[in-house]
Amino acid sequence: MNTASFRRLRGLLRKEFLQILRDPSSLAIAFVLPAVLLLIFGDGVSLDARNVPLALVVERPDTFTASFTSQFELSPFFRPRRFFSIQAAERAMAAREVEGIIWIPSNFTRRAVSGGNSPIGVIVNGADANNARIVEGYLQQVWANWLVAQARAAGRPSPLPLAAEPQVRFNPAVSSRNYLVPGLIAVIMTLTGALLTALVIAREWERGTMEALMVTRVTMREILVAKLIPYFLLGMGGMAASVAIAVFLFDVPLRGSLEVLTGASALFMLAALGMGLLISSFARNQFVAGQIAIITTFLPAFILSGFVFDINSMPRAVQIITHIVAARYFVAILQSVFLAGNVWSVILPNAAALVAMAAIFLGAARIVARKRLD
Amino acid sequence: MWRQVLALIVKELLAVLRDKRSRMVLVGPPLIQLIVFGYAATYDLNNVPIAIYNQDGSAISRDLVTRFAGSPTFHLVAVLQSDLRINELIDSRQVQAVLVVDPRFTQSLLTQVPAPVQVIVDGRNSNTALLIVGYANTILSEFALAWDAAHGNPAPLAVLDVRARYNPTLNSQWFIVPGIVAVLTQVVTLLVVGLSVARERETGTFDQLLVTPLRQFDILLGKGLPGLVIGGIEASVIIAAAVWWFDVPLRGGLLPLYLGLFLFVVAVTGIGLMISSLAVTQQQALLGAFLFMVPSIILSGFATPIANMPAWVQDLTLLNPMRYFLVIVRGVFLEGSSVSSLASQYWPMAVIGVVTLAAAAWLFRRRVY
Repeated sequence: MNTASFRRLRGLLRKEFLQILRDPSSLAIAFVLPAVLLLIFGDGVSLDARNVPLALVVERPDTFTASFTSQFELSPFFRPRRFFSIQAAERAMAAREVEGIIWIPSNFTRRAVSGGNSPIGVIVNGADANNARIVEGYLQQVWANWLVAQARAAGRPSPLPLAAEPQVRFNPAVSSRNYLVPGLIAVIMTLTGALLTALVIAREWERGTMEALMVTRVTMREILVAKLIPYFLLGMGGMAASVAIAVFLFDVPLRGSLEVLTGASALFMLAALGMGLLISSFARNQFVAGQIAIITTFLPAFILSGFVFDINSMPRAVQIITHIVAARYFVAILQSVFLAGNVWSVILPNAAALVAMAAIFLGAARIVARKRLD
Repeated sequence: MWRQVLALIVKELLAVLRDKRSRMVLVGPPLIQLIVFGYAATYDLNNVPIAIYNQDGSAISRDLVTRFAGSPTFHLVAVLQSDLRINELIDSRQVQAVLVVDPRFTQSLLTQVPAPVQVIVDGRNSNTALLIVGYANTILSEFALAWDAAHGNPAPLAVLDVRARYNPTLNSQWFIVPGIVAVLTQVVTLLVVGLSVARERETGTFDQLLVTPLRQFDILLGKGLPGLVIGGIEASVIIAAAVWWFDVPLRGGLLPLYLGLFLFVVAVTGIGLMISSLAVTQQQALLGAFLFMVPSIILSGFATPIANMPAWVQDLTLLNPMRYFLVIVRGVFLEGSSVSSLASQYWPMAVIGVVTLAAAAWLFRRRVY
């Protein structure tokens, strides 16, 4: 890059910085949007079921049934309510007042003592299948603990002769916040990146200032670089704010190094800004650019990035589609860097993919933007 | 007067549909996203890659291993001969869980000592981890009960007889696809109305509109109806796809569903127009659209239950029309809910719609630059 080109770039940069400072909406996008969203979502997005309202129907209460039902009163997972008939409990479930029903029939104690295998009716609301499955898992634990305790009290060998210890690596308390907050950062930064640049080129076209720029010696590459640098700095600032909130406010452990996190964030930011520039160059008017940004950024980053929905469980064809979503690679890196540490076998391939995505988006923006007047 | 309003509506529809790229954005991506997301957004575990490290080697422990390897939930990718590779496999995400059978497993079972087995799970995705632990516990209990029965041990005192209402196989697609109806309807409606006033303001044509004989209410009608029409049509296509493509049962009637859809689209149109009239530039309108759309989807109960949120966030969701529409759309699809049982969901959306539309109309005139 020769000195003339450098001087032109400096002039363009000065113009971009002034534009950013004079319309506060860019600063709002870079700093306020990530902070506000992360504060609300970090608190609000949780898959940990607690205090699940549960109906208890005990048709003939005695000390034996009480030994079972008292488990629910102590559990942090359930908030039991007594019902006197199964019909009343079913009505409460239809009205969404309870998520599940435990039904202990009148002959329960007699059957348990005479031959065992006495059935306990469990009805869960399956409409929210994930929640139902988690509740079912909690119920199985309660049941297994109770069986073991009963056997021990009676001096019999345990009916479940296994000592199974689940060991959850990286997140022993299985707190969903620790895993959702890093993913949220990726989703929010996708929005920030695209929002910052999605309109900037289209705006120049729409207002006619692009034509004014084109009659100067400024090249299209210089225009793009001048658009990229200030927004890159803004985006990285927003990223730093998000990481600080995650670590200091939400106590998410940061087990990897800050350098790796910064490097990965820079790569991702280039890809996200590149996508915004591509949208902007392609659309050439702000209305269409805005529409494309709304439809192509948030929902794919939310659903296809592995942030809440596990990519391994998706059908093969959809797994292939997830590869065009840059957030996917960033989510994988963030989850590892935050919770597991510098796991190079995860970081390197995903970082390479981010480099490729950034190159493709910026290269495509360069090609699309080269087009002359029409 | 109606002729003038009609002319305005036609002009608004043309403004949205005339641009080829804009037309493309409204029709193509939502339908593609419906299909892709309908399959992608699942909480069901399939083919979870696991490794097994069996230190015991007896026929009994091999039976347990077979139960894991043969389950459709798990996909056995590695059989380990030592514990050296466990960390590496989990760290690099090649496997999500490792089953470790202790060398004393069989001996313990035969001497009625609790037999040690361990399940090591990758907790980076805590929901998957929780579900894997649940599935593993189920397989272990089944194995234990089968062992008891085969060796004449007394049967356990009680067994759980679990049934799921409304969705007996706990297929999470039945929960997510109706949710996608709500999400995409909102996105499409916002696409139509979210930038419309801001664009006219930025190009100056809105001032021209204000000096015509049209009243504020007429302008509101002209700006709002295209969103209502396009949002309603796309929602119908998406509902049809949910029923016939994804085979989600539609147990309730169309009346409770469409009453909810109408109120929902009105509320989203109102919010979109309000954002659009508050903004001076399209950049600001786009920021506003995102500032509404993202929280309204993430805090709607679409992916994570509202019941799990802290109280202050739950209170915040009361302002979110999608929260109510999700209850309606899922209630009508899976539970066959009626209009009367959903009344508590209809009226808040109606209130939001009326308030935001009135605010938008008021802003039309007050905010002139």
